[in-house]
Amino acid sequence: MVTVKDYAASIPVAWCPGCGNFAILQALKKTLVDISLEPNQILFVSGIGQGPKLPHYTQGNVFNGLHGRSLPAATGARIANHELVVISIDGDGGAYGEGIGHLLAAMRRNINITYLVHNNQVYGLTKGQASPTSDLGFVTKTTPLGASQPLNPITLALASDISFLARGFAGDIEHLSKLLRMGIEHRGFALVDILQPCVSFNHQNTFQWYKQRVYKLEEEKGYDPSDKLAAFETAQEWGDRIPIGLIYRKARPVYEDQLPALKVMPLVKHNINPLKYEALLDEFE
Amino acid sequence: MLALSEKLDILVALNNETIDLHAGELKGDGIIIYDGEQAKVEAKGSKYFNVPLARLAKDTVQNKLMANTVAAGAVIGLAGCDFDFLATVLKQEFARHGEKVVKENVVTAKAGFDFAREHGKRKSGKITQPLSESKGRLLLNGNEAIALGAMVGGCKFIAGYPMTPASSIMEYMADKGRQYGVAAVHVEDEIAAMNMAVGAAYTGVRAMVATSGGGFCLMVEGLALAGMTETPVVAVLGQRPGPATGLPTRTEQAELWFALHSGHGEFPRAVLAPATAEEAFHAMIKAFNLAEKYQTPVIVLTDHHLATSYTTVDRFDLKQVKVDRGELLSNEEADSITDYKRYVVTSSGISPRALPGQGKALVVSDSDEHDEAGHMIEDAETRNQQNRKRLRKQNGLRKEITKPKLHEVPGAELTLMGWGSTYGAIKEAAALLKKDGMAVNTLHLSEIWPFPAEAVSSVLNKVKKSIAIEGNATAQLAGLIRHETGHKVDATILKYDGRPFSPEEIVGRLRKEV
Repeated sequence: MVTVKDYAASIPVAWCPGCGNFAILQALKKTLVDISLEPNQILFVSGIGQGPKLPHYTQGNVFNGLHGRSLPAATGARIANHELVVISIDGDGGAYGEGIGHLLAAMRRNINITYLVHNNQVYGLTKGQASPTSDLGFVTKTTPLGASQPLNPITLALASDISFLARGFAGDIEHLSKLLRMGIEHRGFALVDILQPCVSFNHQNTFQWYKQRVYKLEEEKGYDPSDKLAAFETAQEWGDRIPIGLIYRKARPVYEDQLPALKVMPLVKHNINPLKYEALLDEFE
Repeated sequence: MLALSEKLDILVALNNETIDLHAGELKGDGIIIYDGEQAKVEAKGSKYFNVPLARLAKDTVQNKLMANTVAAGAVIGLAGCDFDFLATVLKQEFARHGEKVVKENVVTAKAGFDFAREHGKRKSGKITQPLSESKGRLLLNGNEAIALGAMVGGCKFIAGYPMTPASSIMEYMADKGRQYGVAAVHVEDEIAAMNMAVGAAYTGVRAMVATSGGGFCLMVEGLALAGMTETPVVAVLGQRPGPATGLPTRTEQAELWFALHSGHGEFPRAVLAPATAEEAFHAMIKAFNLAEKYQTPVIVLTDHHLATSYTTVDRFDLKQVKVDRGELLSNEEADSITDYKRYVVTSSGISPRALPGQGKALVVSDSDEHDEAGHMIEDAETRNQQNRKRLRKQNGLRKEITKPKLHEVPGAELTLMGWGSTYGAIKEAAALLKKDGMAVNTLHLSEIWPFPAEAVSSVLNKVKKSIAIEGNATAQLAGLIRHETGHKVDATILKYDGRPFSPEEIVGRLRKEV
């Protein structure tokens, strides 16, 4: 039986005390134990940022690649071995800034990857610059005139007809863990946007700020996560009330299912046999 | 035949512009086939051969659009080949369009053939019959050889974004991959292509990308990622004239130094530059073996000329193909290790490799500098150990590089040097010079990095005058030779107009410029 001890860090954790990443890590470990996954069944693929250091602070296979490029690396890995549970991790900078094109492609492709975006509306690793989700007018060293209009990842995902979309909050570990579980168990691409305070560089969107605003969609009477128009409406909410929970879910063809090479077994288990190509040479005679 | 020739035996002119542009390229006894009923041509002399192409097409199948097939028949007639030869080719080519199309093509071709036999002057020279038996020979271009070599060499994954001249590599692998277990992913951009290939290779399949210079520019951060994470990945870089979009459908050899230095930071790599389609096939197999053995990226440098030129080669002997996956742990080994260290420091620099999911071994890789276990570090000592470990792999790689091809002639005054696709033109230029009583040596590099410095030095130490012949403006091979051996090449013949070298051009410029 796998326990939370199996997911204990083997190196010291280098996050600021009070960082929202601790809660996200705790929720993720709880989820993996709840669904009885062993560390060697999992591949974490992350980019660069404070949040993407997470795989180093637990146990599993890890590919900690380039800033903004976790999704292509995760996609290649998942195609190479679709028996691995692939969990991709980025911050709002990597996911919604540098890597936004890859996110659009991954949603369209609907590859079976769960994507955790630690969204604290600021760059933490590089010390406090505005991110694509910083509030309008957010003043930082790179945006002394204030940040421009923030990107709304929820409407963007809905417009891309994503097959699983949820938003969690680092201040509610139980709730976040449930969303992560749904995301991992979902067949297809799952985006879990996670609201997270940054105690060092974002003094505007603090723990208290989020705490006063978030509400759970599943507690709203009649909210139906298969209703795309309702989801679009919900996605506009940002201010006094911020929705968290399962926003939208739709069964769509999964990318791996469309690849004939993956039908019998994972690509990585195929033998290499040069002789099987004799018939191809015949075509050139 | 190893190269394009400047001079034409028969010019088929379906319009006047063709005559204006190309009549000057005709050999002394060359012939121009034109349709005097369609175009007013000032036909001067016996080299003009008037064939009513459109009328013959109309008379036979009521379709004057088939004038080109009539012309093909006329060419075969003048060349003195049997008509059956052309009929067989037409049947093979058009079989997929049905019997009617096959028949129309054969009868129109026959009309042209008969006309040429009756009215034309049989072409003299040695192109009278097709080469003997073609059984056991393959007809393919460089990209087809690359795609075949990759698949035979065990490549299971290719990611790419279309870009001339590389696109047809992925197209071929996407098509055949359905049957042969290759995943081909048409991605959003070249950044994704390289990162995807790296992800697939980390997970344990042989993975590649194929692109041209502009696409490769987007890939190079990912190439460095492969260097840092010691991930075996193969990149085909099909050059075309740059900078930027350049001349997209033409050829150049201006990315040698780019290939050598692409990616930030310092990491080992191999750069192979096959000279022919046959070499391209074998280069891909070698590239995958080197990439896995040394756990580092390998670049196969080609160009538009090699990628798209068709040639015949002896059928590849697949029984001779050796697949070397390097120090890969067995499933049992990977399952028995609980504290696996992906980057354990060794004297060769190569760390035994486990794959994620292969067993209990957890595979941790990081683009940050890392310790033996793969976790990110900051301390200087670990950094130095890992950096040295990675760079030590270059020593092993160096021993894998095949020596340049040297063709030595006693008493030669000149040594012609080249790399990659110029091989055929340089070799034929040497043959032309020999005919004129001027013997020259040739030295050709098909594997460029790690640079075979000793082999090149030993040649340059003894030859009289060395001349680098390159498809670029800055003599990149000559510069590399200087950098790696200290030898200064005596002269250069450079070409950067987007066209491949012909043997005649090399000989002409040699006489004029050197």
